[in-house]
Amino acid sequence: MNIRNLFSYSFVILILGLVQILFLKNLALFGHAFGFLYLLGLLILPNTLRTIPLMLLAFVLGFILDVFFETIGMHTAAATLFAFLKPFWLKTASPTGGFDEAEEPSLLQIGLGRYVSYAFPLLFVYSLAFFIADQWGTGGFLGVLSKSFFSAVFTLLLTILVQVLFFRRKRGIS
Amino acid sequence: MLRILQFLYRVRAFLLFAFLEFLAIWMIVANNSPQGAAFFNSSNELVGSALKKQADVVQFFSLADANTALVDENARLKQELLGLQVKPDSMPLAIDSTLQANFELKGARVVANSLRFSQNYLTLYKGAKDGIKPGMGVFNSQGIVGRVKSVSENYSVAFSVLNTSLLISAKIKSSEVFGSVQWDGVNASEVQLLYVPRHVKASKGDTVITSGFNAVFPEGLLIGQISKVEVNKKDPNYLSITIKLSTDFSKLNYVYLIENTQFQEIDSLYRQSDLPNEY
Repeated sequence: MNIRNLFSYSFVILILGLVQILFLKNLALFGHAFGFLYLLGLLILPNTLRTIPLMLLAFVLGFILDVFFETIGMHTAAATLFAFLKPFWLKTASPTGGFDEAEEPSLLQIGLGRYVSYAFPLLFVYSLAFFIADQWGTGGFLGVLSKSFFSAVFTLLLTILVQVLFFRRKRGIS
Repeated sequence: MLRILQFLYRVRAFLLFAFLEFLAIWMIVANNSPQGAAFFNSSNELVGSALKKQADVVQFFSLADANTALVDENARLKQELLGLQVKPDSMPLAIDSTLQANFELKGARVVANSLRFSQNYLTLYKGAKDGIKPGMGVFNSQGIVGRVKSVSENYSVAFSVLNTSLLISAKIKSSEVFGSVQWDGVNASEVQLLYVPRHVKASKGDTVITSGFNAVFPEGLLIGQISKVEVNKKDPNYLSITIKLSTDFSKLNYVYLIENTQFQEIDSLYRQSDLPNEY
């Protein structure tokens, strides 16, 4: 990852974080589906970024979000899990021979079908971890499961929308 | 020894993962213990001011509603005041402790609020500088809202009633039967009234108010109306009562904070006699 990429990734993560804090904070479709759009910033990081720095980044991002959302620890725990699983899943879900190392796993680079199969399970695991932490000791598991499922679907749609609208094909990131 | 080190090096990602998760879970637990001190939350100056900037924009659009609510309340209070004004010829009487006002009121603006989680909090734009203390009750003209959790210089964070760890002492207005109000984390417009024994006759539409037994709220603040009465399935000796909240938590702009000036005295009396103090 060169300096130029570093800047553009930081920029994307910053913007997504701001959108998450300012606009998506109280948004929940039907009181059920939450949008964790900032995860897109972690999803599109290329596989050349190893697990350890990725995990530290996710931890810090989750923590900043938690401070704003009054959900101390919940986003942090979920984001760390997300970052821990991401490299493994990317390796498993990639086609035979693997992705090109330098290729970034974004919608425009790997196509819709592969993007969905790569992103959805990760988003679902994230939501599941978050809602289990949130509803610990209260509410039933079924509620947690449906909330996680719909949040993952909603987040997936949001990430696709953002990538279609704002990302350029050539360089990946505008 | 070398092989152990090599092994540890190979699983370093997992070790870091376990450590970070442990840290996160510790934060969740430390933050959610009702009496525990919270180190990081939105009463932090930087976060608080960012949230205030956001609220400045969002609340601009609901100014008309806020004004109407304030005018309505003013009118009602003026009317009550007219009835309370002392006639010049009446004899002055010293009031004893049953009639003495023990409560102090302050107003504050809500800069952040959530209702989608099971632990919801409010951030208020008033802090220690304005005399806000942890433990003060929060309500608005519609009904109760919550209780202050922690305070910084300019901001404070309060438990919302929509927080599963907050218990409020309440009673049914018509029959004076008391119980505890707690949210079950499901519907943001409904709470449960717990510990009401089965022989009590409670019916749909009865008003539920604060009991005044705890040191946080005075007696008679509105909580809501009973919307459903059933026998508790887990423990058939009790009723499970659902209350429709009178406060609309999705439209909180301004709230009042109430302080019981004798909180310290009551609290220390409770401690002295080893009674758990329910808020």
